[in-house]
Amino acid sequence: MKKYGFVMFSLLAVGLLGVACGGAPEETPRAAPASAPVGTAVITGVVNYTNGDPDTAIDMNADPVCLTLHEDEAQTQKVVGDPGKLGNAFVYIKSGLSGSYPVSDEPAILNQEGCMYSPHVSGVQVGQRLLIRNSDPTLHNVHALPTVNAEFNKGQPFQNMEFDHTFDKPEVMIRFKCDVHPWMSSYMGVLDHPFFAVSAADGSYSIDKVPAGTYTVEAWHETLGTKTMEVTVGDNAVAAANFDFAPASG
Amino acid sequence: MSERSGYQAGRHRFAVLVACCVVVLISAGALVTSTESGLSVPDWPLSYGSLNPPNWWTISTVRAEHGHRLIAGTVAMLTVLLAVWTGVKEERRWVRTLAWSAVAVVLAQALLGGLTVLFFLPTAISVSHAALAEIFLCMTVTLALVTSRWWHEARRGAPAATGAGPLFRAARVTAVLVFAQILVGAVMRHSGAGLAIPDFPLVFGGLVPPRFDFGIAVHYGHRLGALAVAIAIVLTVIRARRVRDGGSGPRRLWIAMAVLVAVQIALGGAVVLTGKDALPNTAHVATGATLLATSLLMALTSWRLAGGRRERVSVGAAVPRRARPAAQPDGVGGA
Repeated sequence: MKKYGFVMFSLLAVGLLGVACGGAPEETPRAAPASAPVGTAVITGVVNYTNGDPDTAIDMNADPVCLTLHEDEAQTQKVVGDPGKLGNAFVYIKSGLSGSYPVSDEPAILNQEGCMYSPHVSGVQVGQRLLIRNSDPTLHNVHALPTVNAEFNKGQPFQNMEFDHTFDKPEVMIRFKCDVHPWMSSYMGVLDHPFFAVSAADGSYSIDKVPAGTYTVEAWHETLGTKTMEVTVGDNAVAAANFDFAPASG
Repeated sequence: MSERSGYQAGRHRFAVLVACCVVVLISAGALVTSTESGLSVPDWPLSYGSLNPPNWWTISTVRAEHGHRLIAGTVAMLTVLLAVWTGVKEERRWVRTLAWSAVAVVLAQALLGGLTVLFFLPTAISVSHAALAEIFLCMTVTLALVTSRWWHEARRGAPAATGAGPLFRAARVTAVLVFAQILVGAVMRHSGAGLAIPDFPLVFGGLVPPRFDFGIAVHYGHRLGALAVAIAIVLTVIRARRVRDGGSGPRRLWIAMAVLVAVQIALGGAVVLTGKDALPNTAHVATGATLLATSLLMALTSWRLAGGRRERVSVGAAVPRRARPAAQPDGVGGA
């Protein structure tokens, strides 16, 4: 009995130590502050989309509450853009940067609203706080499907529930989905720098405060794939980088 | 000391009820997979931190997953009740052991179900969950059969039924083949290979796939398995028709097997041709489980008719064992 008592005590002690050490909230080491220069250049452009299919209506019959949250039929968010333009393309500097960049103190927000993710496409820095919120009067689960970072699946059964998450490795892109509402998905680029943007409905995007240099810039789209181009930009200059997407032939 | 006796109608009916509930449970599990609802409730053992998440009944995906959990909980409780009842009233030790083993299996099954959710549906755990479900079904079906009046009274002291030995040998192979076929189907299902071969009944327009990868190989294996099962059932039916003095049991069972295998093949085709529509997909799994149960019943029944070992029965007198037939099984023992 004595032996077992000692073992039990040891296990308890180790457990308590673990709780004490692991009790702090998950903190990912943030990037070293401002060791890289703050740039003055801008990379801007338009993402074009020719001969593509428009967004389509979403069938939300799986959850009657979701139906009540839309006066008109909800649409997918793949294209979004005006005719000939492509919204929700994630444009970012893929390579060419050096040094480390401070992480924004502002949290990125991923909201569930109208049984849709908002924003549908977004970016966040490694170590930046990501606030995930349920604004709907129905339950959601938030299932992140990274391949480099850790996968997670958390429930938010009540309206206005929130939780935080930080990603600790760069990854383009991470898909989020709601297994309760199969039409819900969102894509997030995780980068170790702040130089990214998401194209608006008119296809336009702008990446500000870029240091002078030559970069590979990539535009990513959830169904159309990626396009890259080399961009050189000087201090206080504006470089244009337009991307043209089209549906895959055949 | 409690009094133990042989056939008890109430306990037998309860065992039948449990076995039927297991088929319902397997069907509910199949619905979860067919509707891809497995992760719609992300936590376990609670659901969204509660016993009943808000509005779960109105949301189809959550209804499928949480409903599966509720049915599983009910079946687990029924299984415990059956084991307690059997433990108190059953005189055959191996039956008591089987009943409590079923409790252990249903608890392990619940754990596997929880693990597959918490680890985001890894194929290995999901397939194990599916396989153990079928084993659990076999255990409850066996309990239902061996607690029946027929089992207690079948041909006690009588010579083996004519043709029962060959029937047993065929039915045994069939039951094993059906189980193996369900395992291959589970691998196909949980590895997303259900549409790896997109046409039916042909295979990419021919009889053999022009190329193989894991998905195509598993899918093709499942189709070949269906052929093997169908042939085994035809042979079993032929032998069952030759049994004399076997009562109505084998006849009912071979009719059920013939109908079920035909329905099952049609449902398999429907799964492919409808692009894995949830209804035929779920029905395919449910019918497969029912076919396994029927095949097992045929094997056990024919074993009994062939003169399988007799247990000590209700009156307390040992029933003399007759000479075993050539193919005496050793899977189910006497007291």
